[in-house]
Amino acid sequence: MTLIEKLKIKLGIEAGGLTKRKTVTFGDTSAVADGRLWSILSVFVLSVVWYMGSALELVNPIFWPAPGAVWDQFAAISQDGYRNFSLLEHVWASLYRILVGFAVGCLIGIPLGFAMGLSQVMRGWFDPIVEFFRPIPPLAFIPLVIIWSGIGERSKILLLFFAALWIMVIAARAGVGSVKLSKIHAAYSLGATKKQVLFHVILPNSLPEIFTGMRVAMGICWGTVVAAELVAAESGVGFMIMAASKFMATDIVVLGVIIVGLIGYAIDILMRKLEAKLIPWKGKA
Amino acid sequence: MSDLVVNDVSMVFETPSGEQVHALNDVSFSLKQGDLLSILGPSGCGKSTLLNIIAGFLAPTKGTVALASTELHGPGSDRGMVFQQGALFEWLTVAENIAFGPQMKGTPKEEIDATVNHLLETVGLQDFGDKPIYELSGGMQQRVALARCLANDPDVILMDEPLGALDALTREKMQSLVLKLWKETGKTIILITHSVEEALFLGEKLFVMAPRPGRIKKQYSLPFADAGLTQNPREIKASPEFIKTREEILTMIWEMEEEIMGLAATGTGG
Repeated sequence: MTLIEKLKIKLGIEAGGLTKRKTVTFGDTSAVADGRLWSILSVFVLSVVWYMGSALELVNPIFWPAPGAVWDQFAAISQDGYRNFSLLEHVWASLYRILVGFAVGCLIGIPLGFAMGLSQVMRGWFDPIVEFFRPIPPLAFIPLVIIWSGIGERSKILLLFFAALWIMVIAARAGVGSVKLSKIHAAYSLGATKKQVLFHVILPNSLPEIFTGMRVAMGICWGTVVAAELVAAESGVGFMIMAASKFMATDIVVLGVIIVGLIGYAIDILMRKLEAKLIPWKGKA
Repeated sequence: MSDLVVNDVSMVFETPSGEQVHALNDVSFSLKQGDLLSILGPSGCGKSTLLNIIAGFLAPTKGTVALASTELHGPGSDRGMVFQQGALFEWLTVAENIAFGPQMKGTPKEEIDATVNHLLETVGLQDFGDKPIYELSGGMQQRVALARCLANDPDVILMDEPLGALDALTREKMQSLVLKLWKETGKTIILITHSVEEALFLGEKLFVMAPRPGRIKKQYSLPFADAGLTQNPREIKASPEFIKTREEILTMIWEMEEEIMGLAATGTGG
């Protein structure tokens, strides 16, 4: 292989191996390379458009700040903090809320989903409850949780717990449903008890579905926490955005938006890495 | 001795549309320890139902199944199962899959390790103990399934089309392995298959079952399994006697299938 070919494969604009010889590629998604070169270009072009737009004063900085202004705010807030909290504290406040809400949602949602998959009483009892609450956007509960718990930590955590709970219930239930009957039969024939079947067959077998649920729940939680902080909070990235908007400080608003985007992206990459590490058999059974 | 006695077993159930299905009608037979029985029949003849009843996954509407004079209720480690495919635990390695039964029973680790190593060698997978299941070919996976079943030292091994998903060559090799394991372990084996050739080659006894109601239509005692231990399988399968029995059974099954189709076509099936 020539150096140029290697480079093309690295940049994701050409396939290697046998895929290169495929004549049918439209519709064969495995034959479509990831196009990394275009990703690099798109980020670059967007950056240039932003920079040039500001440099040529095409946009009023009140509507959209210059990259330099956002960077300056980043440096300043990293140094001195914003509204009584350092930048890291704001980020951590948001992360802490989703971690706690998400964890409690998993701790209650997964066993509940399992119970609904395994027991007639639990399935019947909780089915209408889950189906009713599931389609309600968690943000619709903000007024209620503020009345119950004020604007402190508890109201946000409660909201995020709610956001994660239904997703995890449904994921765990789907996981139980995905167990092949022959696996269950095999385990009983090998002398396993009900408890052993639960922990050694049903639980590991449903991990792929549970993990998919966790990824979805994490995404929803991150979106919900930012939105909740926009409404009522004293710290957090969402609070930063909201507070800055009251002073028309769009540079801080945009800084906050970029941080939200980057952290959301990072969380998903982390979850995917974890998934590949913990559930290597996913999709290979 | 752990004889298996199936006595007067019937299975009748009602479909959601209210139709009565006689999946099995008064099926009786007994097997001595070390017998190898294969069961053939067109779809709907109740052979899977029968196997599930013996395994304890289904309770018959009438009749009993007893092993070593003890009536059976529910599944147990005295009857091992080998399924067609996909019954291995893909989150465990090959060795961990084989160790599953003894581990559930709380067998000491050294003992499990010894059993696992021995069985890995028996099924020819000594270098694959640490491999994940999903990296193995279909034939290798079925070797693991056999070993996992044997690790528990059951009295009876029930096989539900264990070689059905394998390619022809792998299948022949696996048939010889089944014979070898049968001879070495002296287990009672019941094998369900769709392949007449496989049923003839592996079955020391052979039942041909018929549908509506599910019953044993004809029983054979066959010499091929014993011969298969010493002679070349291909020669046995090409022998005039083998071919004659094969054609006889094929004709029988053909006729049953035709009858079912005929019934379905004239709308009198049911």
